[in-house]
Amino acid sequence: MKKLLTLLRKRPSFQAWLLLLPSAFWLFVFFIAPLFIVLIYSFLERGTYGGVQWHFTLENYRRTFDPLYFKTFGRSFYIAIVTTIATLLIGYPLAYYIASRPAKRRGTLVLALMIPFWTNFLVRTYAWLTLLRTHTGLINVTLMSLGWIQKPLPLFGNDFAIIVGLVYGWLPDMVLPIYAALDRLDHSLLEAASDLYASGPNVFRRIVWPLSLPGVVAGSMLVFIPSLGAFVTPAILGGGKTLMIGNIISNQFLAAHDWPFGSALSFVMMAVMLAATLIYFRATSDEERRQL
Amino acid sequence: MSEQALSRALSRRSRMAHLKKQLGEGLFHLYGLTGYLFLYLPIIILVIFSFNDSRSTAQWAGFTTHWYADMMNDHQIILSLWNSLFVAIVSTLVSLVIGTLAALAMERYRFWGKLMMDAVLYLPIIIPDIAMAIMLLIFFDVSGIGFQPWKANFFGVHLAVPYSVIIGHVAFNISFVAVVVRARLAQMDQVLEEAAQDLYADPWRTFWRVTFPMLLPGIMGGALLAFTLSMDDFVITFFTSGAGFNTLPVRVFSMIKKGVTPKINAVSSLMLLFSLVLVAISLIIGKGGDENSSANTMF
Amino acid sequence: MKRYTLLLLSVLLVLGLLLSACAKATPTAAPQPEKTEQPQATEAPATEVQPAKEIVFYNWSEYIDPEIYTLFEKETGIKVVEDNFSSNEELLAKLQGGATGYALIVPSDYTVKIMIDQNMLAPLDQDKIPNLKNLAERFRNLYYDPGNKYCIPYQWGTTGIGYLDGQVDKPESWSVLFDPDPNAPYYGRMTMLDDAREAFAAALIYLGYDANTTDEKQLEEAKQALIRAKAALSGYDSDTYEDLLASGENLMAHGWNGDFLQAQEENENIAYTIPKEGGVIWVDNVCIPATVTPEQKLAAEMFLDFILRPDIGAMISEFNYYATPNKAAEANLDADFLNDPAVYPPQKVLDRLQFIKPVGDAEANYQRMWDEVKAAP
Repeated sequence: MKKLLTLLRKRPSFQAWLLLLPSAFWLFVFFIAPLFIVLIYSFLERGTYGGVQWHFTLENYRRTFDPLYFKTFGRSFYIAIVTTIATLLIGYPLAYYIASRPAKRRGTLVLALMIPFWTNFLVRTYAWLTLLRTHTGLINVTLMSLGWIQKPLPLFGNDFAIIVGLVYGWLPDMVLPIYAALDRLDHSLLEAASDLYASGPNVFRRIVWPLSLPGVVAGSMLVFIPSLGAFVTPAILGGGKTLMIGNIISNQFLAAHDWPFGSALSFVMMAVMLAATLIYFRATSDEERRQL
Repeated sequence: MSEQALSRALSRRSRMAHLKKQLGEGLFHLYGLTGYLFLYLPIIILVIFSFNDSRSTAQWAGFTTHWYADMMNDHQIILSLWNSLFVAIVSTLVSLVIGTLAALAMERYRFWGKLMMDAVLYLPIIIPDIAMAIMLLIFFDVSGIGFQPWKANFFGVHLAVPYSVIIGHVAFNISFVAVVVRARLAQMDQVLEEAAQDLYADPWRTFWRVTFPMLLPGIMGGALLAFTLSMDDFVITFFTSGAGFNTLPVRVFSMIKKGVTPKINAVSSLMLLFSLVLVAISLIIGKGGDENSSANTMF
Repeated sequence: MKRYTLLLLSVLLVLGLLLSACAKATPTAAPQPEKTEQPQATEAPATEVQPAKEIVFYNWSEYIDPEIYTLFEKETGIKVVEDNFSSNEELLAKLQGGATGYALIVPSDYTVKIMIDQNMLAPLDQDKIPNLKNLAERFRNLYYDPGNKYCIPYQWGTTGIGYLDGQVDKPESWSVLFDPDPNAPYYGRMTMLDDAREAFAAALIYLGYDANTTDEKQLEEAKQALIRAKAALSGYDSDTYEDLLASGENLMAHGWNGDFLQAQEENENIAYTIPKEGGVIWVDNVCIPATVTPEQKLAAEMFLDFILRPDIGAMISEFNYYATPNKAAEANLDADFLNDPAVYPPQKVLDRLQFIKPVGDAEANYQRMWDEVKAAP
């Protein structure tokens, strides 16, 4: 037993794997193993109406190299980037605001942030539709009856509406990690620092930002990835007129009955995103080390 | 310069600084308020239209409460609400423990296989929902595990929840919890833990006395995120649930085929009321809590 | 050493699971031998079988009066639990993925065809369904299920154009969508169904082609028409288009007749028409999946017989505003309803309606071209 403990202390690798045992078990059995099914499917021919035929082929991967899909990916990428930046700009001050409240109030504020999201996603999205619709939406109707605008603003059925919907939907995913990183930042420390440097921006740049960076990095990822794969919000708020990569993939599994191609598209996207995510976290953790 | 003039100039400067600070603080409050207003704007609309005297929520047609009566008589909807809560709570608790442990390992150690685990932990976030849903359905079907119901008595309501749904929810929640907790860990100063380790010389006590309290905001954030994702998931639940089991999002998705009726809004409003009551309770409990302990202020 | 063993064990377990998953994955992909055998097995011991006490009915939302379940339970003691899906594709994918437990499902015509071809449905024991005689003659030999071997038609309807009477002229031709006039009041205030096959069918019918063509040139032409239409659309919508029409947000919408008739409750100006080029006809059917147990199948057949009764058939139509294929039920329905051309189109309109049929490998083509329409600026 003692030997075990010393081994444990001497070999951090064991400790780490001990901590990882439950997650590794769960994810390998209930995620990676099923993922292998999809991987195999992506090399098979489609069954005419769903399912697969057991003939090996690389055709599905060849089909992913299609200018249409590149174009769609580019468009999804653009929308996801704008969404992430907007979410960061709105969410960061909000997280900072919550973190700088007295400890007693913080919990309530965080809960208040989440409560809107315990209603149903579709119902929330349709509530936005009530606000944004072109001719009968509350915003345009109000502005027009006030005489501020003559023609209804194009608030619905375009990229603007999609981005509003996505920013709204993923705001908590940005705020929570930033708040988690900023919470318990010693505010007397900040006061002292602001006396010392005597300038707000300096305090922010030298103390607050570096501390919050892990949160910003995590939050940005939690917003960017689901925005890239979104397909319900573009369908409802974008009026279904914008094609995103999420629509293409889900259409392959459902409407087109083409599981192998849907799997191949999923794998290509996952590979690209996984590589990007790993590089992103590597780069940013170096940056964190440099900053601290 | 006379001493009097100097002190007057100084006090004016400090008054200016004070004013500036107050103004900044005021603007800051205003910002916070606007942020919350943005979050609650569609929610207010949603609640208003739950009282709409029309089959649709497309235009206001007068006040009624009959959608609430309708909802209360719809046993299927009420049952699906309980199912949702049960799945969300159980999967949050399980993924919280598993995800936090994973975050500790990933952030505090260098070890063989780290890059692989990194990838494995990010994949559930990256994978398209529909691909994950279909692969889980096939997996549960071929392996023969999962579709058996977990018969649970949940606050007096008898539920039969397929294990497959909970397994699927935990599988994606682990990753979200791990990401948020890692963000907290990366920011935490390890010096304190090292000092504590020297002091207690017992990793177990160091963890509970030092690491865990410092980790709490991350754990809470992860829990809230996991709970919310689980409450809202449609695609994976739809495909991994067997016959006769529905969560609220699954019900709502099939209901909108016939348009959004205020009944769905009424269900959402009910949940809203329920969560607001919870927060009020937490506020009352929190009042008695210790100023420095986030645990008390959180719930 | 314990950790070593544990680690090793977990790795082995994962590997084992992986292998078994892969090995077992084979039969589901092949035409599912164990599932095709089941229907025969269910027929053999039919005499001793007792009906199940509870069955799950996988249906579209708000498609049946819940009162019918109560009446059925009172009469037979069998409880019917309803689950809902929202598209044929979801239903098909879920059953193909291996979901079981449903005793009754409601696929549309072309999905029935696919399911029969893939041995996903159990043949009906027609002796158990004497009320099958109530079915109208023209619903007994439909292309996808001649002789009602697998399914009974549930409700039927058409796809056309709904519009706000008084605000826009009655659309006589599909050209309002496919060659839109930028100065018309409805320009920018129309929706089309967010469904590749329905959208292509409308365009192909407008161009005078077969709604199920696999000819690339015809499809290309239809695609161009759909892109022209896109500029005049406020969006693609299959779920709430009738509400948006009722509220006056949109003035015209491509959609299913029953939805518009239901929305007349909100706005009586809503009217429905099938343009002169023709439209799509569809039939929803109640079928029994091949995965049922004999007990469930018996109970399901009892339910099928029950909903084919004239009074129950009328209840269904009164509830969902769709036409019934149940000839005997018409006696119990309002004359106004039976004479409404939006529900029961006259024969010369019926002659111009086409079914959407499965097109095999060309489905990928349709989807690819639909993606191009969606990606067009």
